[in-house]
Amino acid sequence: MPFWVCVTGTVMIACERRSNAVPDHFGYGRPATEKEIAVKAIAIRPDGKGLPAGSGTVLDGAIIYAAKCASCHGSTGVEGPFNVLVAPDTVGAKPFDQSSKRVKAIGNYWPYATTVFDYVRRAMPFNAPGSLSDNEVYSVTAWLLHANKLIGADAVINAKTLPGVVMPARKYYVTDSRKGGDGPYE
Amino acid sequence: MSQKMTRRRLLLGGAATAAVALVKSSFGKVVQTGIPEAALDPTKQVGPLPGVLGTRSPFEHPQRKPSLTSSQTPLQDLYGMITPSDLHFERHHAGVPAIDPHTYELMIHGMVDKPTVFSLADLKRFPSVSRICFIECSGNFRKPDKENITPQDICGLTSQSEWTGVMLSTLFREVGVNPKATWFLAEGSDAAVMTRSIPVSKGWEDAMIVYAQNGEAIRPQQGYPARLLLPGWEGNTSIKWLRRIELSDGPFMTREETSKYTEPVKDGKIRQFSFTMDARSIITYPAYPAQLQKGWVEIRGLAWSGRGKVRQVEVSTDAGKTWNAARLQEPVLDKAHTYFRYLWQWNGDTTAIMSRAIDETGYIQPSLEQLITARGPGTGYHLNPVTAWLIKRDGQVVYSPEKWK
Ligand code: HEC
Repeated sequence: MPFWVCVTGTVMIACERRSNAVPDHFGYGRPATEKEIAVKAIAIRPDGKGLPAGSGTVLDGAIIYAAKCASCHGSTGVEGPFNVLVAPDTVGAKPFDQSSKRVKAIGNYWPYATTVFDYVRRAMPFNAPGSLSDNEVYSVTAWLLHANKLIGADAVINAKTLPGVVMPARKYYVTDSRKGGDGPYE
Repeated sequence: MSQKMTRRRLLLGGAATAAVALVKSSFGKVVQTGIPEAALDPTKQVGPLPGVLGTRSPFEHPQRKPSLTSSQTPLQDLYGMITPSDLHFERHHAGVPAIDPHTYELMIHGMVDKPTVFSLADLKRFPSVSRICFIECSGNFRKPDKENITPQDICGLTSQSEWTGVMLSTLFREVGVNPKATWFLAEGSDAAVMTRSIPVSKGWEDAMIVYAQNGEAIRPQQGYPARLLLPGWEGNTSIKWLRRIELSDGPFMTREETSKYTEPVKDGKIRQFSFTMDARSIITYPAYPAQLQKGWVEIRGLAWSGRGKVRQVEVSTDAGKTWNAARLQEPVLDKAHTYFRYLWQWNGDTTAIMSRAIDETGYIQPSLEQLITARGPGTGYHLNPVTAWLIKRDGQVVYSPEKWK
């Protein structure tokens, strides 16, 4: 609309409204290419969507773990100095809400096995994040799951098998229901 | 020596004298520091000329308290609702990345019509919005184990800034978010490649992508050049150094929403996606290590809620027996630190003082005992108990340790 239209009453209002309206599209940015999406979209979903090709074994994982993880997490995953990674689900253990001392780790606290792959690939080893190949991540994931008594010693971990690993802690997870207000504290 | 220098020297005269001493810093390291010297009579001497950057008075030393994983805001040194940017708390999982704003990109893809990559300049071209709100880490709590701890030690993982950027809803419209998308993943470009899953509804409601903090470019420690801002939600979800948003029809179950940032609650349950920060307050003066004198005392502190505005702050000066309304400093903003004051006359008797926040939903800040009773002693995260300060007969103010049963 040319500027000079905005001279009389009703037209003016229409014009003003128009100049203040927020468009749905500004046209800023550039289209993301399929290729760059494929490279950057590294997140793994619990159903396994996003898992790459390749596979790993507990045996190979043990070698990688000893070389690249044990210095910070201990030779069997419990000695530290950093996070304890191994704590199998123990029958009859005190529920977590009743004990602030009970160790939380993959075997007794993590609800999805896919998270192990996703996290190790993006953030570990801490001193060289993102340095492992997909096969190495599969292997070290297999070793961690085995050490936590979640899979057998001869299991093969890949895009098909990883989402199917049963995680005992999953059944304890609930979604937040706090609402504020004057209800009971949750 | 150039003429300019000589003139400058001349003008500065003796004002530049400052003794140098070796002192022990809070990390136990011996450091050299200038001892400020006030001019004998500042009206008889021209002071330093205008400079390129302002400085704090050499007499003021507010400092954050760093550990390996975080750095806490000195709440006891603040007089208002805004946290000076260099005192904003830090919590990150693999250090602060150095990101070139010229090559920075934010990709939004997944369940959208037009997967798009935005440069920082693109983000700045969109209509912008500013808002003042707090960011608080959901681990902002310390077990009440001893007397000599400060507000900074107890809850220094909360800070407030004015944030400026683009509404995420504007970007959602730009890329055409699929109505079936229910969650989005936000991913940072630090060495932890930090990720969280966020309900899309929060994106439409009040989420922002911010590039400015207190009027200038956001600081590296707070997510330079751009971060997600989710007002009122646990700090970890406001992903810093944001590089990617992926729209999806379910959460991704990242490590930061399973192994961490979840809390054991009643009946052996593990609570997940506890996004909202419950109402909380703390008296920041008088607090350890303050020393009181008999007479009038203005009790001061901060209150906030992730659910909206603070409706009221109540102060007790008789160890929780009776409560009185404090004065709230305007403006009282949505999901924002609110400064409160309460005038009190201390008669010299031993007592405990404490505050509790009540937000606009009617939620009353609980005691530690109420929280533990509701959730169990094994709980963690989202602990917002009333904090009490013990005033001893000699005027010493100390933290009042509580049993963690
Ligand atoms: C240089 C020390 C270091 C090395 C080497 C290292 N890590 Fe870690 N790891 C850490 C630290 C520190 C954390 C905690 C990070 C955080 O909280 O953000 C961690 C966390 C983890 C976690 C999450 C634990 C939890 O409780 O949530 C897993 C899993 C893990 N590391 C696996 C590995 C694997 C597998 C390797 C070898 C490929 C490895 N780490 C090598 C230091 C290290």
